[in-house]
Amino acid sequence: MRNVSAKQTQKLAMAGIWGGGVITLLLLIVIIGYVLIQGLPGINWEFLSTNPKGGLSGEGGILSTVVSTLYLIGITLVLLVPIGIGSAVYLSEYAPNNRLTRIIRYGIETLAGIPSIIFGLFGYALFVTVLSFNFSILSGALTLVCLLLPTMITTTEEALKAVSYSYREAALALGTTKWQMISRIVLPSAIPGIVTAVILCIGRAIGETACLYVTMGGSAAMPSSLLEGGRTLSLHVFYLAMETNAMDKAMATAAVLIIIIILINALTNLLAGRFQKRLKGIS
Amino acid sequence: MTEYNFNGQNCHGDKIKAKNLNFYYGSFQALRDINLDIPGCAITAIIGPSGCGKSSFLRLLNRMNDLIYGSRIEGTIELDGKNIFDRDVDVVELRKNVGMVFQKPNPFPISIFDNIAFGPKQHGKKSKIELEEIVENSLKQAALWDEVKDKLGQSALALSGGQQQRLCIARVLSVEPEVILMDEPCSALDPMATLKIEDLMRTLAKNYTIIIVTHNMQQAARVSDTTAFFMMEPDRAGSLVEYGSTSEIFTNPKDKRTEDYITGRFG
Repeated sequence: MRNVSAKQTQKLAMAGIWGGGVITLLLLIVIIGYVLIQGLPGINWEFLSTNPKGGLSGEGGILSTVVSTLYLIGITLVLLVPIGIGSAVYLSEYAPNNRLTRIIRYGIETLAGIPSIIFGLFGYALFVTVLSFNFSILSGALTLVCLLLPTMITTTEEALKAVSYSYREAALALGTTKWQMISRIVLPSAIPGIVTAVILCIGRAIGETACLYVTMGGSAAMPSSLLEGGRTLSLHVFYLAMETNAMDKAMATAAVLIIIIILINALTNLLAGRFQKRLKGIS
Repeated sequence: MTEYNFNGQNCHGDKIKAKNLNFYYGSFQALRDINLDIPGCAITAIIGPSGCGKSSFLRLLNRMNDLIYGSRIEGTIELDGKNIFDRDVDVVELRKNVGMVFQKPNPFPISIFDNIAFGPKQHGKKSKIELEEIVENSLKQAALWDEVKDKLGQSALALSGGQQQRLCIARVLSVEPEVILMDEPCSALDPMATLKIEDLMRTLAKNYTIIIVTHNMQQAARVSDTTAFFMMEPDRAGSLVEYGSTSEIFTNPKDKRTEDYITGRFG
């Protein structure tokens, strides 16, 4: 009797797991498929190579928004990744297990749960107003760094902690310094996890609208420096969908956005693979 | 007269001397009043039941216990007459000189070549020719060269358990230590791989001072020159019960507890 019911339970569980997997996959295919089917016909060279006209017409292309988005992501990553990895290494390898460390960790976890618009307000107050960066890509990037640091730190720290203790012991027992052990053994082994952290952060950065609206403004013009405002692709989709009737353009922009995300993820993985090989001295 | 072997170490007399050694994890005393002189260029086995502090003792010899928060040491361990706990001792240098092989083979998840070259590289050896020479010599000394010479670029994790452990020994040899600590190096290996490691240890003992912690009394009897028997006292602190030449300990133990242990009455 017990066997039969155990088998039935197993079947039920398998059905549930499969069901969950299939539903997730279907949702993904439907959403991406819908956006691509609706959006791809609207993508042509003119659309990609002209700037939006702005205003309520919805006319024009998306060139300046693509450039703004790439600028923003680039600056954000340049600041975010070193600070994030550095903090994670400190917390995972150096910080003593005391009250201060626990408070820091608790603070980071709390920050990770705060809505992005609050970071936007903070960014507006500090970067836009006090530091006079105005509505600019720089203000937006600095705000994103604040927003994403908690995710970057916690995910990287998990990746570092997952590296087997026996590797650390082996390295130290060979007479390496702690830093040699971390930089040559622990970090290279943790690279897949760190890449996951970076991709998570890129995804959130690309998707963010609210906190960028209040720090970058929404200028559709081509930014000529980091101290000028800009409009990211997501923000542009928002404008097109809410303030114009150009739903076809919104869909086309969304399709471009999805393609860019896929490309960035692929590129990150590729670079990480190379980097890991080089760090381990295999290449 | 002092005799020097090929790697320039003095094989004459005692290499390591532990004097009045006490060791604590927080308030728990793990070792009590250990006095032990370990001869150079020989194999010393440390045996005893689980929890008797033999691994703790071994890990004091290259100060791996430094990594444990709240650990504390009293007494001295002299390596060639110099107390390794002195302030002016560089722990990185010490660990280069006193290598360690762990219970579970732990090669890095990189190629065979890079596993061996890792230590020398970190110690500043950059020339490819020099590294290739070190890798070849270390693997030859560890009796692994013939098995891996055609696949040095492959991942070390693809090797069998016994090969991985010999790779770990080669990795230790690559930084030219004088002392090699082995913490139950064969406990995860099958009997054939174990025999290979034991043969290797006998060869290495001509030039290196080897200290092995083992649960396997036959292994201690087969491989070692001297044997130390540790046991825990009623308060669970480990102490040295008896120490002497291996043949003496196994054929004519002076302490009743040693006799009981080696005849399998407990442990």
